[in-house]
Amino acid sequence: MSVEVAGTAGAKPDGPLKLAVPRGALLGGTLDALDAAGVDTAAVRGGSRALIFPDGEITLVTMRPSDVPTYVEAGAADVGITGKDVLLEQSDRMVYELLDLGYGRCHMVLAGRKGDGRLGESQRRLGMMRIATKYPRIAERHFESTGRQIETIEVKGSVELAPLIGLADGIVDLVATGRTLEENDLEVREEIVECTARFVANRVAHKLRADEIDGLTARLREATAQ
Amino acid sequence: MIHPIPPGTRDILPEEMRELRRLHLALVEVFEGRGYGEVATPAIEYDEVLARGDGRTAASAYRFFDESGDLLALRSEMTVPIARLAASRYADAKLPLRLCYLANAFRAVQPQRGQMREFSQAGVELIGAPAPAGTVEIVEILEAALDAAGLDRAVIGLGDADLYRQLLTELEVEGEARDAILARLATHDLVGLEAELSRAGIGDEQVRTCVALSQLRGGREVLDQARSLGGKAVERATARLGETYKALEERGVADRVQVDLGLLRDLGYYSGAILEVYDPALGHVLGGGGRYDKLLKRFGVDLPAAGFALYLERVHVAQMEEESRREGAS
Repeated sequence: MSVEVAGTAGAKPDGPLKLAVPRGALLGGTLDALDAAGVDTAAVRGGSRALIFPDGEITLVTMRPSDVPTYVEAGAADVGITGKDVLLEQSDRMVYELLDLGYGRCHMVLAGRKGDGRLGESQRRLGMMRIATKYPRIAERHFESTGRQIETIEVKGSVELAPLIGLADGIVDLVATGRTLEENDLEVREEIVECTARFVANRVAHKLRADEIDGLTARLREATAQ
Repeated sequence: MIHPIPPGTRDILPEEMRELRRLHLALVEVFEGRGYGEVATPAIEYDEVLARGDGRTAASAYRFFDESGDLLALRSEMTVPIARLAASRYADAKLPLRLCYLANAFRAVQPQRGQMREFSQAGVELIGAPAPAGTVEIVEILEAALDAAGLDRAVIGLGDADLYRQLLTELEVEGEARDAILARLATHDLVGLEAELSRAGIGDEQVRTCVALSQLRGGREVLDQARSLGGKAVERATARLGETYKALEERGVADRVQVDLGLLRDLGYYSGAILEVYDPALGHVLGGGGRYDKLLKRFGVDLPAAGFALYLERVHVAQMEEESRREGAS
């Protein structure tokens, strides 16, 4: 592990514990888990456009899942919940991963067009596949660790489009039900990793607010244990 | 006209410089007052010499050839240069040797992350004083330095660098599995830690013990909790920590020390007690240190040693936050 000296932007593990809540696909599961752990989420469920929801002991802060490691690493949020896919893609963020919450289960996969030999053909004839993805680091790590070379094409929007109109030979993407792949005539070729929601903490908060964070971790563990 | 400077470096203008200077003086006064003489070493060293100290993690990010073809490197921290200096210049000196410094060091940065490529460290090295007395002296000075900086809420984490190495040896976990487990411990990835421990085939109870151990942090009671988890390695580590903690209590400086069995420093030369410094005003670690009893031997003098370094820029930010908090409260 390399030693880094992060910047000095001020962020304070003072006041009520701040918990970063992911908006989007993980929001429902996250609010259910928090409710079961005794954290009041009614204000967030109210459909308000506010981003910060003070609730006595814990302040909920809603944000994009991919922003959670950023806020937690800096200590702007003491703890947070986000997907393992986000943590893997931002593995250089120094956050403590405390708990696998089990929900939001999906798979990072390599997919290509149904019945299309292009992935194999590019690999064989060009020695390299063109892979479109929103997860360039996960994709590169996967192919590197399996001894293959790819040209990574980072896209921001619907990644399924890329192989359909010839931008890429295949895609690396997160799949929950597989319906989007199906609808776009794509199929899973390789499983890369299974991803679920994770509970993470800021390094300093984990030391200085040990009791609060351990308590919340235990409650969440109980609430999500199946 | 704007002429850029590399990301992660900065100019310091008079207003900030005055505050930094005050902080410098306050810290050096504490160090000098306790008999630590200030030294300076070159920012550029032979790469071979720095790598002798810690080839794996503290290797310099900036290396270049000089006019005669020798490989030079910019230092990434000060402990290795001071180990080099102590071995070369003070080989026959009266022990213990007490040195302090205030120096810039250089590390690689990741783009757009606000990391510092060049930063200042203020620290001390105590060479030739074994544990626990040497460790206690270091903690005492660290506390005095934090007080001098106005960080009266800062907390010092005290852990043991050998705990998991010895524990894994005891559990006969070797090779890749051992490295994978230590890596998970260092990044504090508990989910991955549990998975790697299970994969190492050491039995569910031992897996639970290791995970639980890494979560123990707090006062003296933590040592008893750890001991109840059992094992010789845990016994040995808690005995070492207990001895240090008791000595700290006797000196009346244990209040701000948090015993932390999950602490692992990422620099490879530490052994025995390790330290980290936190302040509630800042989300980043303010500094750290510990014992490096085997480092000097790599430079040809077999002496126990310990030290710490504070990141000056971060201490300054915490100082500013604490000041505005105090003003807000009054």
